[in-house]
Amino acid sequence: MKPDLGRLLEGVAARIIAQAEELTALDSAIGDADHGLNMKRGFEAVLADKANILAKPLPEALKAIGMTLVMKVGGASGPLYGTLFLTLGKELPEDPTLADLARALTAAVEAIKARGKADFDNKTMLDVLGPVARHLGDGTATFASVRALAHQRAEATVPMKAIKGRASFLGERSIGHMDPGARSSELMITTLCDELEACA
Amino acid sequence: MKDKVGIVIVSHSIDVARGTADMVRQMVGDTVPLAYCGGNPEGGLGTDVAKILKAIDEAWSDKGVAILVDLGGAETNSEMAVELLDAGRQGKVVICNAPIVEGAVMAATEASGGGSLEDVRRTAEELSPQ
Repeated sequence: MKPDLGRLLEGVAARIIAQAEELTALDSAIGDADHGLNMKRGFEAVLADKANILAKPLPEALKAIGMTLVMKVGGASGPLYGTLFLTLGKELPEDPTLADLARALTAAVEAIKARGKADFDNKTMLDVLGPVARHLGDGTATFASVRALAHQRAEATVPMKAIKGRASFLGERSIGHMDPGARSSELMITTLCDELEACA
Repeated sequence: MKDKVGIVIVSHSIDVARGTADMVRQMVGDTVPLAYCGGNPEGGLGTDVAKILKAIDEAWSDKGVAILVDLGGAETNSEMAVELLDAGRQGKVVICNAPIVEGAVMAATEASGGGSLEDVRRTAEELSPQ
C-alpha cells in the first residue's frame, strides 16, 4: 500500500502536539521554555492548512509544510524545521525510494547545519537527524532499527555540553538534560516509522 | 530620510524593541528610516518572520537596511526573512553582530551621518568582542 501523506502528516502533528508539554519542560531546563508551545503552534497551523497541502504533489506539499513552520513557529525552531521540510521538498521526487530519502535527509542535515551555524555533537536536533540520515543510506535500515537509533541518539544528547543556542549560555550546566530539538526530531522520526510500518 | 541606511530592531520582546527604538529616535530623530518588531505570531516572547519582513519593508532605503537582533532565534528568523526578500533586496540587508540596544543607537548615529551600509555595520560591530 502506498503511504498516505495525510496520515503521515496527521500522525506527526498529533504526536508533536501531544508531547508539547514534555518538549517545553525539556526546554525549560536548558533554554527558554517555548519549544513545545512553538512546535505545537507550527503544527496546528500545518493542520489548519492540511487540505491545501495535501492537494499538492509530495515535493510541493513538503515545501508548504516548511514554509508554514517558518512563518508560524516563532522561535529558532521555525527556520530550522522549516529548512528541514523545505530541503526535503526540494530534493525528493514525487514517489521517493529509501535511497532518495537518505540522500534528501543528508542534504537537509547540511542545510540545517548552515542555517543554525551548528555541527554534530553540539547538543542539537542534528545529533538525531545526522545519524538517522546515514543509517537510511547504509542498506541495513528497518523501521525498528531507525526508531531505536533515533531514540538512542536523542538520549545521547543528555551528557553533551550545549555549544549552540540558548542552552550554550549554561555551559557545563547544560550537561545532564536531553536537548529538546533532539527529542522533537526523535518524535517525528519514530511517528513516521510507525505510520509507514502500518501502511506497509 | 530615504538617502540614509535604514535600521530594523528585532527583539524577542516588543517592549525591548519599542524601548530600543525610542532610544534611537532620541539620538537621531526622524533622520533615519527605523522600524522595530518583537514577539511571536501570538504576541508572546519570540520572533516572527512575517513581522520582520514587514519591518524591513517599513525601514527600506536604497542604501540598505541594517538589522539589530537580540538572542539566537531573532538572528535565525532574521536570516530566514532576508532569504525571502526579492533577490534585488537581499544583498542590501545585513544582520549586525552587536548588542541590540547599543548596536542600534550606534548604527543609527552612523546612518544619520550618511554612512554606507558597511560603515553602519562596522560601527555597530565595534561593540562586539573580537
